Amino acid sequence: MATTTSPARATKARSTTIALKLVMAVTGIIFALFVLAHMYGNLKLLAGESAYNTYAEHLRTIGEPMLPHRGFLTLMEVVLLLALGAHVYAAFTLWGRARGARTQRYAVKKAVAQSFSSKWMRWGGVFLLLFIIWHLIEFTIVKVNVGGQSVAGDNPYQLVVDSFQVWWLTIIYVVAMLALYLHLAHGVFSATQTVGWTGNAAAYRRAQVTGHVMAAVVVVGFLIPPLAILFGLVK
Amino acid sequence: MTELIHGLYTEGAPIHDTKAPNGPIQTKWPTRQFEARLVNPANRRKLRVVVIGTGLAGASAAATLGEAGYVVKSFCFQDSPRRAHSIAAQGGINATKNYMEDGDSVYRLFYDTVKGGDYRARENNVYRLAEVSANIIDQCVAQGVPFAREYGGLLDNRSFGGVQVSRTFYARGQTGQQLLIGAYQSLERQVASGGVEMFTRHEMLELVVVDGRARGVIVRDLVSGEIETHLADAVVLASGGYGNVFYLSTNAMGSNVTASWRAHRKGAYMANPCYTQIHPTCIPVSGDHQSKLTLMSESLRNDGRIWVPKRREDCDKDPRDIPEEDRDYYLERIYPAFGNLVPRDIASRQAKNVCDEGRGVGPVVGDFRRGVYLDFADAIARLGRESVEEQYGNLFDMYARITGEDPYAVPMRIYPAVHYVMGGLWVDYDLESTIPGLYVTGEANFSDHGANRLGASALMQGLADGYFVLPNTIRDYLAGGPYPAVEDDHPDVVAAREAVANRVQALLSIDGTRSVDSFHKELGTIMWEYCGMERSEEGLAKAIDLIRSLREEFWRNVRVLGSAETLNQSLEKAGRVADFLELGELMCIDALHRRESCGGHFRAESQTADGEALRHDDEYAYVAAWEYTPGERGDRASMGPPVLHKEDLVYEFIELKQRSYK
Amino acid sequence: MDITLKVWRQTGPDDKGGLVTYDVPDISPDMSFLEMLDVLNERLNDEGKEPIAFDSDCREGICGMCGLMISGEAHGPERTTTCQLHMRSFADGDTITVEPWRADPFPVIKDLVVDRSAFDRIIQAGGFITVNTGAAPDAHATPVPKANAERAFVAAECIGCGACVAACPNASGMLFMGAKVTHLAELPQGQPERMSRVVSMVAQHDAEGFGGCTNIGECTAACPKEIPQDVISTLNRDLRSALRHQS
Ligand SMILES: Cc1cc2nc3c(=O)[nH]c(=O)nc-3n(C[C@H](O)[C@H](O)[C@H](O)COP(=O)(O)OP(=O)(O)OC[C@H]3O[C@@H](n4cnc5c(N)ncnc54)[C@H](O)[C@@H]3O)c2cc1C
Ligand code: HEM
Ligand code: HEM
Ligand code: SF4
Ligand code: F3S
Ligand code: FES
Repeated sequence: MATTTSPARATKARSTTIALKLVMAVTGIIFALFVLAHMYGNLKLLAGESAYNTYAEHLRTIGEPMLPHRGFLTLMEVVLLLALGAHVYAAFTLWGRARGARTQRYAVKKAVAQSFSSKWMRWGGVFLLLFIIWHLIEFTIVKVNVGGQSVAGDNPYQLVVDSFQVWWLTIIYVVAMLALYLHLAHGVFSATQTVGWTGNAAAYRRAQVTGHVMAAVVVVGFLIPPLAILFGLVK
Repeated sequence: MTELIHGLYTEGAPIHDTKAPNGPIQTKWPTRQFEARLVNPANRRKLRVVVIGTGLAGASAAATLGEAGYVVKSFCFQDSPRRAHSIAAQGGINATKNYMEDGDSVYRLFYDTVKGGDYRARENNVYRLAEVSANIIDQCVAQGVPFAREYGGLLDNRSFGGVQVSRTFYARGQTGQQLLIGAYQSLERQVASGGVEMFTRHEMLELVVVDGRARGVIVRDLVSGEIETHLADAVVLASGGYGNVFYLSTNAMGSNVTASWRAHRKGAYMANPCYTQIHPTCIPVSGDHQSKLTLMSESLRNDGRIWVPKRREDCDKDPRDIPEEDRDYYLERIYPAFGNLVPRDIASRQAKNVCDEGRGVGPVVGDFRRGVYLDFADAIARLGRESVEEQYGNLFDMYARITGEDPYAVPMRIYPAVHYVMGGLWVDYDLESTIPGLYVTGEANFSDHGANRLGASALMQGLADGYFVLPNTIRDYLAGGPYPAVEDDHPDVVAAREAVANRVQALLSIDGTRSVDSFHKELGTIMWEYCGMERSEEGLAKAIDLIRSLREEFWRNVRVLGSAETLNQSLEKAGRVADFLELGELMCIDALHRRESCGGHFRAESQTADGEALRHDDEYAYVAAWEYTPGERGDRASMGPPVLHKEDLVYEFIELKQRSYK
Repeated sequence: MDITLKVWRQTGPDDKGGLVTYDVPDISPDMSFLEMLDVLNERLNDEGKEPIAFDSDCREGICGMCGLMISGEAHGPERTTTCQLHMRSFADGDTITVEPWRADPFPVIKDLVVDRSAFDRIIQAGGFITVNTGAAPDAHATPVPKANAERAFVAAECIGCGACVAACPNASGMLFMGAKVTHLAELPQGQPERMSRVVSMVAQHDAEGFGGCTNIGECTAACPKEIPQDVISTLNRDLRSALRHQS
């Protein structure tokens, strides 16, 4: 018989929800790698003032003389900022679409499989964003020294130690780390699924476990220095 | 007017299938394909075809006609074409690929099908069915239907329904689903490309006949209630079977006869309406609330043993406490050669017999227990629980879910249920009904299965009709078109539309006291009792009276609430039940007039000394095609005596034999 | 047993709708959930009240026509279709809330009946293999490795019921779509159109207004056919490849 075929409707893949999800995944993975490295750097606090300050200084000289002073750091900052912008943009766009997909809610709705971490991705992300803003104000942009004994402008070590001697500041960080755990635990797994590396049941389970392991490593690593400071192990 | 026979019907002129070419059976189909006129591709865009139904038969036809370039409109009453009842078929689909090299051939499938139909099918159609069966598999595989495969990546086959060759292709227990999804996807592809326009939640309520030709349909949009007219050059009915006339059957809730019956009332003959297939392995009724019955695959009979207690007193005992010597493995006893694997009709009838003797098991429903044991204890002991689980796990789970019993521990209970109807609108070799331009495919026609259907052959027929037969034959008719333009305001069209609107209004305005379902249930009980597994002269006569008075009452006393302008499920049902109430009578008349037993039609008066079906080939080797006549009173409940037209079945290639499974 | 039902009643798409309470005494645990509703409907009819509209057809768990949100769970507490849910899954005296699927792409038609034609349009966008009738090569021309055939089959089991959407907090249709994409992607016949298929289907999914997936997993938990999460991964991967191949 004769043919009347029509090709499947070609549309741009870029504007789809899945493409947005991929943006979240890639930027999310950048964040995950960053926090992993950042966490590792922070552990240098335990090695003492000079080790940490040298490390902080080193960060500013990576790549010299190929890169200008602070070149690497600036590059990283730009990448992180762009990634954050993209991540947040995608997050809010998808959030909006999901809300629009169910404007009438259920009178009764049970969660059967939803994990705690996946449930809090969006609000947890917002909290992380607020935290980051505060965090940057505190440590890099304004360098408010809440504890405030010394002007620690050029002594990052001192700044950190002073700060975490303030109990409520430490609490903010501990809470933020809980949020980070949740966000990473689901995020890392979710990113793996989003890029499509979980094409069978085993890989799927593995990604879930990896998410929790990675989140735990980061969060525990991050928490060691502030707690050490608070409890006076590091002065 | 000719004189009434049995006071029920008259006999009219015999009919012939005129479209099958002469010559050896192998050349008939190629010849017909060649002789059927072609339609120039440019003209196809001017030719409109309406297809009712999106089951295997309808979806495949609509997709193929769309591909060919005709302007196709496709209708179904469900919310998506993918939900047509074909989706429920479990077992498999036959095809003569002979991939197993076990001696299968077109001729053998042809032979098996004719024999399986107890020599009441038309040879030419069956041969063609066997011929095109292989193409179906190719087509479906190309569409991505995931048939079971061997480790080498090639397709697996099994033997099904007691056939000695392995020619059944399957996709776990969901063959119908996978085949339908394949056809559905092809259909949706045509919808996307504009070849087919799809109307879901639309029900055909009338056929438009103008100048003796089928020219379109009147449908009701089930959501808005609007009554729409869709005109066309040809109409294809692929609306499935009417087993729901029995109320309880394995058919889907919505399966109905309305499309066919409306066409019948407009002049299409209804052939062999009493041929019903009753499937032996269904889950028994559990109470009055029962809305439908669930089939379990026949494959269970390969390893399960069927029995009932020898004594009535044991019937309410825990089956595990009944010792071996007190059990009656009645199929193994009566049919030592075939045992539990006897054909469907025999297994069903024997189950009914033992239950009628009061030896049934399970809950008492109505006046006695309707169930027999299907016991896997031996199989579990022999093969191990794991192996049984692997083979039948899904079915056991289903059984457990429905009954709440664990079939690994307690024997399952089964009972026969209405499953398929071999009767349907009469069609010729081209699948054209007695109304020119009206084609009928799939279960809705009567064509290929004779008095009984072989397992795994309905799917084959539906797809053969839709993909390969109809598109080739309908073009001969369409080549004669475009037929003179008919407008929406043509008197015949207006009359059809008004008839539908009036009927809808009539149903809503009776405002009686009984629900539609209560009528349907009562009709079902009558049909099952008197026109079910065993039929007798006396019973059928009684049934006809009962149905007539029930129909009277229906039109006096039914209560349909709600309005015609919204989704109104009671109203939908009411229309269907009204048609069942007419069909039921015709089925009984057909069963009454056929004083022989053949296949699924068992007349108590016509049996061998051992209680087997006894055919009378000299008298009844014909298709009974019934013509509708309007009732004299002219009210909605009245029907005239139908006119019987006989189409003689001539067996040129296969010799008629009495079946024996002893 | 006796139960109390709170059923969503809505006369039409424009009606606001609300929950109405019915006592349903004396039902048998062997009834299916829908048979229980049938019994209630018969009573309503007798009382001159319009019966509750709900969809069902096969009542065997295969057509995908039925689907209710039962006390907050799609298809109720068992992992099966609504039509295969039986009253023995509930306790005497229970109060059960019955709502339609809620998702904007599935507008309510009446009471518990919703319009799921968005799923058909997603299939129209590319959920098929382009092959005209009669144009097929012999079925044995292309062997399919058993592992691929098996996975294709698992994905092909989807019945299009929409429970995944109903259960997903994002009202996403990714499980349904992932099932179709995976079914066809696992087969050699599905390769030629693999990239264009996924792009058009996802675009249609978005255009219908379904939400995006954040890998929550409620969908699989509600799916009567247990379509696994990894079909969404395959969907994502295929879209990613399509992004690379098509700018
Ligand atoms: C439980 C079960 C298991 C089975 N297993 C097998 C098996 O293993 N192998 C086998 O070969 N056969 C099997 N059969 C038989 C086989 O499934 C059917 O005979 C076959 O699928 C019928 O297909 P069809 O296309 O003719 O009709 P259907 O699939 O019934 O489709 C009918 C279509 O018509 C539409 N329709 C009906 N009336 C109207 C109307 N008035 N207006 C608009 N649309 C209308 C419906 O919406 C639907 O789309 C089984 C049947 C049952 C019940
Ligand atoms: C307003 C701020 C933020 C919001 C709303 C937000 C929200 C989200 C959401 C909704 C996801 C997708 C989860 C999923 O697919 O299941 C996600 C993923 C992720 N987020 Fe965030 N997030 C924010 C900020 C951050 C920050 C600051 C970080 C860094 C620590 C981060 C790290 C990640 C990671 C690693 C992923 C995984 C990527 C993926 O799921 O594909 N997010 N975020
Ligand atoms: C307990 C946990 C943390 C501690 C103690 C900590 C400490 C610090 C300190 C001391 C700096 C300044 C470093 C410098 O200027 O050299 C810094 C910078 C920064 N931190 Fe953290 N941090 C923590 C957690 C996080 C988290 C969870 C994130 C992100 C999600 C984050 C993101 C950043 C960023 C983006 C910078 C700026 C880097 C730059 O400007 O180059 N930090 N952090
Ligand atoms: S994926 Fe599962 S829940 Fe979703 S439509 Fe298919 S069968 Fe239903
Ligand atoms: S629940 Fe929804 S978020 Fe994704 S994994 Fe399932 S579609
Ligand atoms: S009615 Fe068919 S799946 Fe429930």
